[in-house]
Amino acid sequence: MSEEKEKIVEAPGCLTAEPDLEGYELVYEKPDTFTDVRMHYCPGCGHSTAHKILGEVIQELGIQNNIIGVAPVGCSVFAYDYLDIDWQEAAHGRATAVATGIKRVRPDNYVFTYQGDGDLAAIGTAETIHCINRGENVTIIFINNGVYGMTSGQMAPTSLAGMKTTTSPYGRDIKTMGSPIKVSELIANLPGAFYVTRQAVHSANYARKAKKAIMNGLRYQKLGLGTSFIEIVTNCPSNWKMTPLQTIDFINNEMLHYYPLGDVKLPSKEALDALAEIEKGEKK
Amino acid sequence: MEQDIRLMKGNEAMAEAAIQAGIDAYFGYPITPQSEVPEYLSREMPSRGGVFLQAESEVASINMVYGAAGAGARVMTSSSSPGYSLMQEGVSYIACAQLPCLLVNVNRGGPGLGTIQPSQGDYFQATKGGGHGDYRLIVLAPSSVQEMADFVFLGFELAEKYRTPVLMLSDGAIGQMMEKVVFNHKPLPKTEKPWATTGKKEGKHRSIITSLFIQPEVMEKVNIELNKKYAEISKNEVRLEEIHTEDAEYIIVAYGLSARISHKTVELARAKGIKAGLVRPITLYPYPYDRIGELANKAKKMMTMELNAGQMVEDVRLAVNGKIPVGHYGRLGGIIPSPEEVLENFEKFIKE
Ligand SMILES: Cc1ncc(C[n+]2csc(CCOP(=O)(O)OP(=O)(O)O)c2C)c(N)n1
Ligand code: SF4
Ligand SMILES: [Mg+2]
Repeated sequence: MSEEKEKIVEAPGCLTAEPDLEGYELVYEKPDTFTDVRMHYCPGCGHSTAHKILGEVIQELGIQNNIIGVAPVGCSVFAYDYLDIDWQEAAHGRATAVATGIKRVRPDNYVFTYQGDGDLAAIGTAETIHCINRGENVTIIFINNGVYGMTSGQMAPTSLAGMKTTTSPYGRDIKTMGSPIKVSELIANLPGAFYVTRQAVHSANYARKAKKAIMNGLRYQKLGLGTSFIEIVTNCPSNWKMTPLQTIDFINNEMLHYYPLGDVKLPSKEALDALAEIEKGEKK
Repeated sequence: MEQDIRLMKGNEAMAEAAIQAGIDAYFGYPITPQSEVPEYLSREMPSRGGVFLQAESEVASINMVYGAAGAGARVMTSSSSPGYSLMQEGVSYIACAQLPCLLVNVNRGGPGLGTIQPSQGDYFQATKGGGHGDYRLIVLAPSSVQEMADFVFLGFELAEKYRTPVLMLSDGAIGQMMEKVVFNHKPLPKTEKPWATTGKKEGKHRSIITSLFIQPEVMEKVNIELNKKYAEISKNEVRLEEIHTEDAEYIIVAYGLSARISHKTVELARAKGIKAGLVRPITLYPYPYDRIGELANKAKKMMTMELNAGQMVEDVRLAVNGKIPVGHYGRLGGIIPSPEEVLENFEKFIKE
């Protein structure tokens, strides 16, 4: 069921004041791939930055008319309100199965999922692993904020050891609750994983790198050689009960120790050469 | 024109019909007694076109169906009771997102892991919900191998006409038995699906497939829209077969495999001078309430014969609305009664 939003639509619970831009010079804009719907994300939440760079990538690759996104159940369940592309909203954890269905019948479309850590690494673990094991030619964007954001801060499979959440109020005890899952390292072992990288978005520099990674992940679909997986380690100020600035310290001092940034699996040189050939052809 | 007549299992006939009906994709997971379907399709589809994918579970297959149907493909899955149970969350999402597709449940005995023998124990699940929320499926009940093939075509036709999932509720006997089947179906034209996600083309409204309507007013609107559609379906799509009902005093109501057995029973009863008749609902949703209610004006008693503990009998009671006594005879656990056994119990019920 599609419903086009023409005017600015208020997401439930968001601020409504229109900013007064009189006398300001515009130096930073939202990408054309964005709708005019105001985001519902909490201030300082990494989801909005991740959306922003994703929107820029889609614009810069010129694929707005040729891409289908799959939104998860999680705080980003409304992603389809913000990015002006075709979308499907999947059941909790099933985004990679839905993406498989789409890509198999529409191989010429770019297809990606955008999923939280509860969605992808708890309830949807089987779908995630098998999608990547089949090497489905899709791009997975994995938002690791160490917590169930949407349902207000319960323990996620990625919550750090000792981390206090509403369902681990005394801290995550790895003896009874398991250890935080390093999804990127886990799935990189699958032959179907073509490109696996862990990124962040809590500084301009990190966001630039993450943007490059998303761009590559989508470009690799031209090769059809496997699944691209971009993990983004980020925050949830509301449920971490921190200010956005405090979350930056927590990411730097805690999260990135356990979840080190960087590429986990890179495409071969031959594959990249083949991609260069394809893209040369596209320019002509 | 030469006829295409084959001797096939119900499951194979259904799979062959699916290819002839032009499916773009099949997603499924093996389970007895329907594994012939993925086996047949995995063998045939590579050379005849379309995507065959064995998923990691029924949860995955139904969500692949969601994705492919949402992208505009003609798509189906099949399973048997435990596997079909596992799909229910996805079926609810598909119903709400209004995605046309064909689902097949080759019913085996339950609850639980149950037995691989035929059963009609999934009638409630098929017709009264299955998944969460206010939704309905069109439910078709084949009672022959021929109908397992025919209802693939009918199923897709209805699914695409109403933008709704259609369930074929078969059982382990119809799925496994071999019979003559004629393939003479008219090709199914591809329908326009402007709502499908195919990439937001220039000038095209963008497509969003979702079942999330967080504002109560919007959700209610969707609920009302769905129910309007179900009312339309109820008005137009009731299908049933009647045998000897013109003068029938005692009527058996049965669907699928039970209807085949009961047909024999009715003939045996007639031979003994009992004015017996058979009503065979072909659509279990929409259910032929009106016609059964009408027949109750003339008949003295009605009995359902079901391979379950008495499920459809509740719908017959609703239809009859207290006008005449309604009974049930059934066997459980995958046991199939003979027409004689049914007759004995039918006569007992008549005398009661
Ligand atoms: C089948 C099912 N179980 C549970 C839920 C409730 N639920 C909604 S979102 C969510 C967790 C989301 O966490 P995550 O995937 O990490 O996303 P985030 O909000 O943190 O971005 C849960 C448990 C649901 N919607 N469906
Ligand atoms: S609850 Fe957390 S993840 Fe969700 S929008 Fe707020 S800060 Fe972001
Ligand atoms: Mg999370």
